[in-house]
Amino acid sequence: MSTSSKLDSKIPEGPVQEKWDNARFKYKLVNPANRRKYTVIVVGTGLAGGAAAATLAELGYNVLSFCIQDSPRRAHSIAAQGGINAAKNYPNDGDSIYRLFYDTVKGGDFRAREANVYRLAQVSNNIIDQCVAQGVPFAREYGGYLDNRSFGGSQVSRTFYARGQTGQQLLLGAYSAMMRQVGKGKIKMFTRREMCELVLVNGKARGIVVRNLVNGELEKYSADAVVLASGGYGNVFFLSTNAMTSNCTAAWKAYKKGAFFGNPCYTQIHPTCIPVHGANQSKLTLMSESLRNDGRVWAPKAKGDKRPANEIPEEERDYYLERVYPSFGNLAPRDVSSRQAKFRVDEGRGVGATGFAVNLDFRDAIKRDGKNVIEEKYGNLFEMYERITGEDPYKVPMRIYPAVHYTMGGLWVDYNLQSTIEGLFVLGEANFSDHGANRLGASALMQGLADGYFIAPYTISNYLASTKLEKVDTENPAFKEALSATQKQTDKLLSIKGTRTVDQFHKALGHIMWEYVGMSRNEAGLKKAIKEIQQLRKEFWNDVNVPGDPNLVNTELEKANRVADFMELGELMARDALEREESCGGHFREEHQTDDNEAKRDDNKFCHVAAWEYTGDNKEPTRHVEELKFENVHLAQRSYK
Amino acid sequence: MNDKLMTLNLKIWRQKSAKHKGRMQDYKLSGVSPDMSFLEMVDLLNEQLVRQGDDPVAFDHDCREGICGMCSMMINGEAHGPSALTTTCQLHMRHFHDGDSIVIEPFRAKAFPVIKDLMVDRSAFDKVIQAGGFVSVNTGNPQDANNIPISKENADLAMDAAACIGCGACVASCPNASAMLFVSAKISQLALLPQGQVEAKARAESMVQKMDEVGFGNCSNHAECEASCPKGIDLSNIARMNREYFKAKFS
Ligand SMILES: Cc1cc2nc3c(=O)[nH]c(=O)nc-3n(C[C@H](O)[C@H](O)[C@H](O)COP(=O)(O)OP(=O)(O)OC[C@H]3O[C@@H](n4cnc5c(N)ncnc54)[C@H](O)[C@@H]3O)c2cc1C
Ligand code: FES
Repeated sequence: MSTSSKLDSKIPEGPVQEKWDNARFKYKLVNPANRRKYTVIVVGTGLAGGAAAATLAELGYNVLSFCIQDSPRRAHSIAAQGGINAAKNYPNDGDSIYRLFYDTVKGGDFRAREANVYRLAQVSNNIIDQCVAQGVPFAREYGGYLDNRSFGGSQVSRTFYARGQTGQQLLLGAYSAMMRQVGKGKIKMFTRREMCELVLVNGKARGIVVRNLVNGELEKYSADAVVLASGGYGNVFFLSTNAMTSNCTAAWKAYKKGAFFGNPCYTQIHPTCIPVHGANQSKLTLMSESLRNDGRVWAPKAKGDKRPANEIPEEERDYYLERVYPSFGNLAPRDVSSRQAKFRVDEGRGVGATGFAVNLDFRDAIKRDGKNVIEEKYGNLFEMYERITGEDPYKVPMRIYPAVHYTMGGLWVDYNLQSTIEGLFVLGEANFSDHGANRLGASALMQGLADGYFIAPYTISNYLASTKLEKVDTENPAFKEALSATQKQTDKLLSIKGTRTVDQFHKALGHIMWEYVGMSRNEAGLKKAIKEIQQLRKEFWNDVNVPGDPNLVNTELEKANRVADFMELGELMARDALEREESCGGHFREEHQTDDNEAKRDDNKFCHVAAWEYTGDNKEPTRHVEELKFENVHLAQRSYK
Repeated sequence: MNDKLMTLNLKIWRQKSAKHKGRMQDYKLSGVSPDMSFLEMVDLLNEQLVRQGDDPVAFDHDCREGICGMCSMMINGEAHGPSALTTTCQLHMRHFHDGDSIVIEPFRAKAFPVIKDLMVDRSAFDKVIQAGGFVSVNTGNPQDANNIPISKENADLAMDAAACIGCGACVASCPNASAMLFVSAKISQLALLPQGQVEAKARAESMVQKMDEVGFGNCSNHAECEASCPKGIDLSNIARMNREYFKAKFS
């Protein structure tokens, strides 16, 4: 299959090591004195958006920055625990830019663009330097130098961390850089705002319409370029480890205006989360993957064995990861471990009150190393577990189950992080770019900051310098049109006055997604999902109940707008999963597995990115293809046996 | 696991907007599982309110993992409720009993006006950070991260201070609505690191001035802030800030 004429990845010339230098040399520059004449909108203040806003403002552009929360410091990035990768090779254990590049391409199961991944590995080191200069308190050794650890089964120690709060510290770094620019008047900050529409003028992204979440007013903002850094869409499943307001609306509205959506079906399901406790649960909590370094995962051998874990004798336990993957054992990668847990539950061997869980047992580690050593390593995680479940993991095994955690898919972007809409740049988890079909641990923070600090500021300058941009303000009719579309949707939602709450619909959607578009997928299930989602959508628009006043804080209205978009996206995810007739990374098609239940890629037919084009409401979207070439890392089957 | 469901008597502050007058309202809520988080308990109430066509209780929340600092409730008169070192979103209903009365109010302070119900405006915190809570370094090509070794002790102390989630519990529980713990945590973090020392004096001076300007009160050593802090930010940060401030004023 060859690349669609609508997709130009703009990969620069030259060997992979020289592409970024070549590109930067060719980029046009904006004269420092002229930068103040340009305005850039940045939606989102997570690592990607926060870093981009601060850096663009430092360069001299006027930045308008938007977020849903009451302060940019609270974006979802704040919740990342484990760490951030970089190819510094401080521990001298064989790491290099090339190795980080290689691991990321392979870990992504050969479904990412080599050129982008190489650049990511290249700038990873600058990120650490920049963050330290900002005062980010990374963990240090006694000699005063930065400490590194190995993460997610990696063979080198390349992960930098700040206790279990790496995302928080990196975000506070970007936030402080932003606040400095707010103080200087270069960033105008708009908090408690939600983007509802993208505005195009003559085919270029020139502004947005947002809802002011405090007084309900719809506001219009114009600019010379628009950046979306609005995060991932894991909450399409209702339950996920994402923050409550994480949503797809900004990206989805851009999709409907012509930005193609790349690989929507690629979802990462993290193996070690605290299981669901009941129907009123609102979100899931991640337990760090590092626990698998010492904990042993098992399920009872017998079906329906309801005895408390400690009463099940050794010979009746199945340490299934150790059994199936003798060489990687409990450290098998995320996608593989998650699927194995699901197999056990499907066999009727799940544990706990709901049966949707497996054990993660520290008994042997405590016996071997002593409670002190385990406490030293994981004390805060054990405490968190006990706080949530009321059980003491020093005495009884933890119960864990996989949960939706990250979305590799997102708006399609070229090498310059520009979408198929001119002037619309997409950064961070919101784009599809660097992780292929599976993301490695500690690489999302790296990508967000790479995009925001070191890549987008160059590519956006190039765009502004090389594009003829006519004067556009919010009086332009395109703004009025976008505003009235938003108003219409609000009026409609408020007028339905049906019998079901927004959350009921969201939970129903999540159920369909988890059942058929979750950890393992098959043709019949995906077809069923598409039908069921379409039906649910119809019911939503006839029967949802959104009470309250649109001119005051109205959280039900906020949620209704988000769920409306999640339903449409959910359908596209199912379509994408249906068309991709292979298994790769987080996408597992039951029809495509090896004899021993491992994922089977089809490089002849599917070594490409699927980029979906919107063609109108209730019309089938068009699937475009960007061929992927592997010139440096050669295609090979992943194996963890 | 305890499956016994509870019935609770809730008294909740309802206020339509900053312009409206607020009042306490009673709700009886049954079906509360001890495994629920406090916010899931409020979700349950809201689900019922919405079904009746009533306006749900507005409250701030996002991560529900105790890290974003968005949740902010006074529960029976205590910021984030009865459990030490715990945010509202991480408080679980197993700490309450069937038949309990629970009073839920917003964080109150002059600098934190109510937006709706339990939601308050904490943008005053951002303004204080804008006054100097940063290192003035542009994105670019700073020196290698390992060029300046920092003693583990100082790095750890800086991390202790940097753990602040900016929730405002310290302000809400202080009789003077002082923001000293919040401000001192940021000043300490940066003062403890060589990167922050260049601007230490100017930073302390302008952040303290801004803190007064936006309406936070004075510190008179009640230490309620430390007791209510879900992240265990230590009072010693205030002493360190005072040192930095006097250095700035008298040198
Ligand atoms: C529990 C957890 C732990 C993690 N741990 C790690 C880790 O250890 N290492 C790692 O590398 N990765 C980790 N990840 C992944 C990583 O945290 C995220 O992928 C990354 O932080 C996303 O950053 P972002 O800037 O793209 O978006 P976010 O941080 O999600 O920011 C999105 C921003 O967009 C705004 N926004 C969204 N929609 C709109 C709209 N319509 N209008 C206005 N504003 C909008 C939001 O307000 C927010 O400011 C973890 C994720 C989770 C859930
Ligand atoms: S909701 Fe984030 S700290 Fe409570």
